[in-house]
Formats: sequence, structure tokens, C-alpha cells
Amino acid sequence: MDYFLTEEQQMIVDIARQIADDKIIPVRAELDEKEEFATEILNDIAQADLFGLYIPEEYGGYGGGCFEIVLALEQFGRGCVAIATSFAASALGAYPILLSGSEEMKQKYMPDVASGKKKAAFALTEANAGSDASGIQTTAVPDGDEWVLNGTKQWITNAGEAQIYSVVAITDRSKGARGASMFVVEDTDPGFSCGPKEKKMGIRASATCELIFKNCRIPKDRLIGREGMGFITVMKTLDLSRPGIAILGVGLGQAALDEAVTYAKQRVQFGKPIISFQAIQHMLADMAMEVEASRALVYAAAKHIAAHPKDMSKASSMCKVFATDMAMKVTTNAVQVLGGYGYMREYPVEKMMRDAKILQIYEGTNQIQRNVIGQELNKEYTKKI
Amino acid sequence: MNIIVCIKQVPDAKDVRLDPKTNTMAREGVESIMNPFDRHALEEAVRLKEQHGGTVTVVSMGPPQAETVLREAVACGADAAVLVSDRAFAGADTWATTYTLGKAIMKNGPFDLIVCGKQAIDGDTAQVGPGLAKRLDIPYVSYVRKITGFERGVLSLQRLMDDGYDEVEIPLPGLLTVVKEINEPRVPSLKGKMKAKSLSIKTLNAEDIGADPDSIGLPGSTTQVVKVFSPEFKGQRAMLHGTVDEQVEQLVHKLEPYL
Repeated sequence: MDYFLTEEQQMIVDIARQIADDKIIPVRAELDEKEEFATEILNDIAQADLFGLYIPEEYGGYGGGCFEIVLALEQFGRGCVAIATSFAASALGAYPILLSGSEEMKQKYMPDVASGKKKAAFALTEANAGSDASGIQTTAVPDGDEWVLNGTKQWITNAGEAQIYSVVAITDRSKGARGASMFVVEDTDPGFSCGPKEKKMGIRASATCELIFKNCRIPKDRLIGREGMGFITVMKTLDLSRPGIAILGVGLGQAALDEAVTYAKQRVQFGKPIISFQAIQHMLADMAMEVEASRALVYAAAKHIAAHPKDMSKASSMCKVFATDMAMKVTTNAVQVLGGYGYMREYPVEKMMRDAKILQIYEGTNQIQRNVIGQELNKEYTKKI
Repeated sequence: MNIIVCIKQVPDAKDVRLDPKTNTMAREGVESIMNPFDRHALEEAVRLKEQHGGTVTVVSMGPPQAETVLREAVACGADAAVLVSDRAFAGADTWATTYTLGKAIMKNGPFDLIVCGKQAIDGDTAQVGPGLAKRLDIPYVSYVRKITGFERGVLSLQRLMDDGYDEVEIPLPGLLTVVKEINEPRVPSLKGKMKAKSLSIKTLNAEDIGADPDSIGLPGSTTQVVKVFSPEFKGQRAMLHGTVDEQVEQLVHKLEPYL
């Protein structure tokens, strides 16, 4: 379907598509098998100016919004969700600085993120704090001109590969959610280290590790925004970033559909290509409908969010749930269409199915997203009644 | 370092068909692309510019549609583009092409280096690069697989050979033709694409470059294509039977006459 993109938006799609086709797809299986980080491909993305898509021009970016990064992520997601995740995680790490950081902080960090010279990461999750962020144990205590951080973050995307980390830590436990603050930690800061790489089911070419803060001392001015603003910044960040995860589901679903249709046209059983059987046709038809419906919803949500309205959360959560649940279903069905071949690593769809699962889990599980949608509905209708 | 890269628009090799009646390449309805070897030439020029400063100018001789590949080259890092285009250039062989390109490059201004792909995938002659160097009376090295250094106006290179490579030096101004092993071409950048969209392309015709009408196009070409044909497959197959030892003996017997 034609979404009537502007000429510049079409350029973004064309570049990202070329990166996916020429650089990502030929090596994705090997990187997955070796669990290797795609440094070279991320350099290609940097050279193509796409790391700065969402960063304002005054900080060396392109000055686009949520929709522009979504267009690029759709193509990367079609290529490999692991590599797309590494790219998206840098934006996730940069958003807190863009949303709540001081002018000096933006000037200091954003140009290098925009050029891709440095990558960012976002550190919220801990062993006892995932969906329930109030369980955060990591602390930040002022000491003279510095903050001293202690604690351990878990499952942090881009850990060990990023140079800039946006970290949530408790500065006043008595205030509950209002006692959390966000800080920028650099990879070279004393007392900061990364744990060993986690072994994952999917997105194996992305880096996921613990972050360990052991009397990690950082300058006073690394506080993002004000003390106690941490949760607000986190929520605003996730509202902005979720359409990016949603669109990975669309790209991935599209890739699985492409594989399934191509295979169904070639595979002959009972003397006919299996696409001529209604059982297969109906599966493919459902997949195509669901991919397109998801794309339309994500595009609409991304455009809504790009206009910076007050009510971002519901649209953001709706598109994340819908498109990632779709990706799980469509990739599973793609494996089904390919049958025994689909289950083999020789074909790309088993990786797609493994990669799809994380989309329903990270950046807020799909259950939490439904909570958000439900709460927003409750609020909206309270006003109306 | 001011670098000129010669690029050619060619039919996509994935889609090449011969017209069975005329035995010429069917160009209608076939998508055109930048000659793949020229893509590597452009990439190497852009890398040299990034390392040593200067500019990269892409030059193409061809019909007005060749503007597409010139804009693509700008999106991939070239600074300026020149289209050498005139109906009078049509039908040029490599002799007339090198004359025309040489005139155009002289007209365009001073340069330090010219980089070409080793050959175009349509004509496959590999003559234009070296021929152009001769026309401009500058040294050249073909089949360059690596640039290893640049000092005091001299480029150090590796030239790909059948049995390894040669270490070669070339004083500038000079010309290189490159093989695909030399680099991995980049994809266009967003800033590059936006620049390419708005860039005005300088167009030079036969009069602009002061070309002698008898030296360009079909009149200036010495090559005559007498016949074009697809070679017939003449391979013969023989099956050997018996035990492995017997088959080896039969095989040796068959090969003996050729030793």
C-alpha cells in the first residue's frame, strides 16, 4: 500500500532498504550463529547519516521525529531484529538526554550519537525491577562535586558496546517513584563495568549484559534534568521509543510473509505449488492482512507522537502490543508454511520466530502495555462521563 | 587531491538479453545501473578525499539519462558531476570515447588523479581507462587492488596479477583502474541524497569541449562489429565404467594424447 511519503521520507526508506538488502541480510545468519555484534553494519548506518534521524539539527542530526526513525527501523527489522535493536537502543539511550537534559549536556553528547561515533544505551531494568520499576535498588548518593552510584543493572542492550549510558538510580528512597533520578554514565567512568554477554534465544547478534556500579563516581552535572525526575523521563522516553519496537514487528512480519509466499510458490506437493492450496492461501492472506494493519497502526501512532501531543501513551502502547503480537503469530505461521524446512536453520524463518519473541517482552511487556491502554481508557472516559 | 572518477551507465547484468534477430543487446525495458566496477572506483576516490582532502568529480559520457548514475554518485560522496552528452557522440567505440572523455576532462580543469573501474560490464573491453591515460599523456596503473600510501605526489599501489600482486608506484597526475577487491562500496547517505537531488549537473556537448567532428561518435570509431554471436556449446561427455582402477586406466589412456 502507498502511504504517500514525502520525497525525503522516501529517501530514508530507500537508504535503509539498501542497507538491509546489501549489508544486513547476507550476514545475518552468520552473526546470529556466532552471537557477534554487527559493528561494521552499524558503521555503515552511521555513514549513511541515519543515527541522527531523530536528533535536532542544532546537535548534528537530521531533525526528524518518531515517524522518520520508524521508517528506517522497519527496513532494519526486515533485515535482522538483532541489528535493528542495537540501532534502536542507541536512540533509547539518547532520548532521556534529549527530553530532560540540560543544553550543555545535549551539546556534549548528541553530536557524537547523531554521527554514530558513539552509541548510547538505556539502563532501567534490574534483577528485581522490570515491569515494576519501583523495585530499583541502584542508588546514587551525592558526595562533594560528585555522585556515587552503587548497584547492578540487568539485560542492558548495547552494554559493552555503548559509550554513553542513561541510568536510573534512586536518590531518595522515602519518596517512592519521585525518588528516582537519571544520570549519564560514560564507559570510562571509574567504578563502572559490564558483566559477561548473556546467552539469548533470539536477537543473538545484539549485545546484552549487566552493568555493574561499584562506588562509581561521576561529576555532579551528569544528573539528567532535576533530582526526582527519573520516572517521568523514563515514561516519556518509552512513549517515544515504543513505536520503534512496534515497527520492528512490522518489518519482521513482512520479512516472514515474503519468505512464506516465495516458498509456497516454489514448493510442489501433490503435483502443485502449495500456494494453490486453500489451506496455505488462507494462512498467507491472514498474514498479509495482519502485517498491513499493523503497519497502518504504527505509522498512524508514530505520526501522532511526532506531533508531541499530551496523550502519547495509549497510541504508543497500542501499536507496540498489536504489531509485536502480530510478529509472533506471523513468524510462527511462516515456519508452519515452510514445514520441516522452516524449522531448519538453513532457512531464515526459524531465526525470525526466535527474534519475534523478545518484541513481546522488552520495552515493557505486552501485558504491561495492556495495563497502560486500560488505564488511559479509564481516564478518558472519566473525563467524558 | 582533486580526483575525477569516470562512470558509465550500463544495463543491469541480471537482466541481459540479446535480440535474436540483430544479435545486439536489447536495451529497451532493461534497467540501467552504475557499472559495478565504477562503484568501487568512486568509493576509493571518496576515501582518498576523506583522507587527504580535495574534491571528487564524476564524469560520464552518455545520453541525458546518465544523469541518474551521476546523481547516485553524488549521493555516495562525489562533490560535483559532469555529463558529457551530444547526439554526435553516439556509436563511439573506445577509441572515440577516450578522445571525447579526454577533451571533456581537459575542459573541466586541473586534476591530480583519475580513477576508473577496470572495465564496463556491457562492453567488457577494459580499454577506456588506459586509453584515456594515453590521450591525456599521463601514467596509469590498471587492476589496482589496494592503495598503500601517498607521499610527495606519488601513490603506492598493489596491482592484481594472476599469480599474486605487484607493488607499483605512480607519480601524479595519473590514472588508475580498480578491481572490485579494492573496497566495499558504501550505500548513499541521507545528506548525500539531499545534495544529489538539488545539485545542478554541468553538461558538456561536442562544441563545448572543442571536439573534432571526425574524431567523435561513429565517424571517429575505428572498430567495426562484423558479427556478434553466442558461442555454441561443443563440450563432449564420456562415461567411464568398471571398477575405480579400470576407470582410472581408461581416463589416463584418454588423456595421454594431450600430454
